[in-house]
Amino acid sequence: MKLFFLTYIPSVVFLSIFIFQDKELEESIKRGADIYTDFCVNCHMSKGEGVTNTFPPLANSDYLLKKREESIRGIKYGQQGPIVVNGINYNGTMAPMGLADEEIADVMNYILHSWGNKSDKTVTPEEVAAISKE
Amino acid sequence: MKYSILLLSFTLLTMNLSCAQSTDNKIDTPTEVPFSTELIIDELQIPWGMAFLPDDSMLITEKSGELIHFKDGKKSTVSNVPAVYVRGQGGLLDIALHPDYKNNGWIYMSFSSEGGAEKGGNTTLVRAKLDNNSLTNSEVLYKATPNTTKGQHFGSRIVFDNEGYLYFSIGDRGDRDINPQDISRDGGKIYRLHDDGSIPEDNPFVSQEGAKKAIFSYGHRNPQGLIKNPVTGTIWEHEHGPQGGDEINIIEKGKNYGWPLVTYGINYSGTSITDSTEMKGTEQPIYYWVPSIAPSGMTFVTSDKYPDWKNNLLIGSLKFQYLERLVLKDNKVVKREKLMTDIGRVRDVRQAPNGYIYVAVEGKGIYKLIPN
Repeated sequence: MKLFFLTYIPSVVFLSIFIFQDKELEESIKRGADIYTDFCVNCHMSKGEGVTNTFPPLANSDYLLKKREESIRGIKYGQQGPIVVNGINYNGTMAPMGLADEEIADVMNYILHSWGNKSDKTVTPEEVAAISKE
Repeated sequence: MKYSILLLSFTLLTMNLSCAQSTDNKIDTPTEVPFSTELIIDELQIPWGMAFLPDDSMLITEKSGELIHFKDGKKSTVSNVPAVYVRGQGGLLDIALHPDYKNNGWIYMSFSSEGGAEKGGNTTLVRAKLDNNSLTNSEVLYKATPNTTKGQHFGSRIVFDNEGYLYFSIGDRGDRDINPQDISRDGGKIYRLHDDGSIPEDNPFVSQEGAKKAIFSYGHRNPQGLIKNPVTGTIWEHEHGPQGGDEINIIEKGKNYGWPLVTYGINYSGTSITDSTEMKGTEQPIYYWVPSIAPSGMTFVTSDKYPDWKNNLLIGSLKFQYLERLVLKDNKVVKREKLMTDIGRVRDVRQAPNGYIYVAVEGKGIYKLIPN
């Protein structure tokens, strides 16, 4: 009986945290989709394909998936200067969008879970808040 | 024989139908150009608008909210600039001088601002004077309502016509189904005011109850080009279409330019917005781009510095990062040319009083076109 509680309660707790987080991520992605339509789609396009040589892609983008911190910083403070995405050089300007930390987390979660992109770790407003200008 | 006549007439008919625009979307890239470029101001982020002062200095708006004064080869930041709501495409936008600036000193600027009951921002027009590198006598002439946290389509360009009326544009603010076709709402409009912000008595909707009386034309999506045709004195506009369907229009009093009832563009998702490209009661553009070039900034060339370009239009392309030259005949585009290929996102282009053409490029700065 004791053994049952020892395993049962932690697993319920664990499972509910897991499900709760999952739901939270889902909500965040949903809000992020709206942000994407408002602020990003003009340049990065509806399937995250971007415009080759002009606007870097987000779908299956090595830069986005490997440089999480730089990507968040780019959205938060703007991005200027040369970057390489999937082997192609980009040297453009993305203005800071004026988004709140929560909105940046939402849109990051959306792009990290769209068009074949995958990420194990949910972006939180706290993570965004902790990223400074450089 | 009977068949071939039928076929021929059918072919001719469909050709007629598909010829809504006589020029196709062909653009030439010349191997030799009659100018070289000189980067006269560097290290700018998003130089949105430019104005040329009588002392040969320049004012440049940075979208981030800074107003830069470029004098004797040096940049300085003008103080006391109104607080700007920087979000999405919003920020400090256009700048224009009063036609009689020499005597009255008025500088006009458009930008997105907060203030008012709702969260978010909307486009605002102010005028102010420049004194000792600081703005003074600042007056808000127009503030669009309501505020919204949407990030798109603030417009905004400012121009004066020969009679001294001031025109400025506001985009649909991301609410295309609500704003552009409703004259009781701001957004998706070209506005006309007197230079002090008062509303001309002969504006088209002054006597219509509930209408925004500053409106001059409506049904626009996001106009980021607004200039006076130096020959005819009429106001020419260009606006961003959705995906495809950027337009050049000649602006007439009280007219409906159709957005989103008619468009040559489609949604970003690839789905259609409407099947119509023409509709009774809406104006046709004199030119449209498919695919979109994302036009920003526009000028007519009138100076003797570029003799082969007389009365041509120059327009910046944000998306394809070049300067487009358009040759016109009877208000139709008969030739397109790609200049400054891959220069960067071209945000503004103007002919200065000294006759030279200046081009503002994002991430770079201001280029001067020096004739060969």
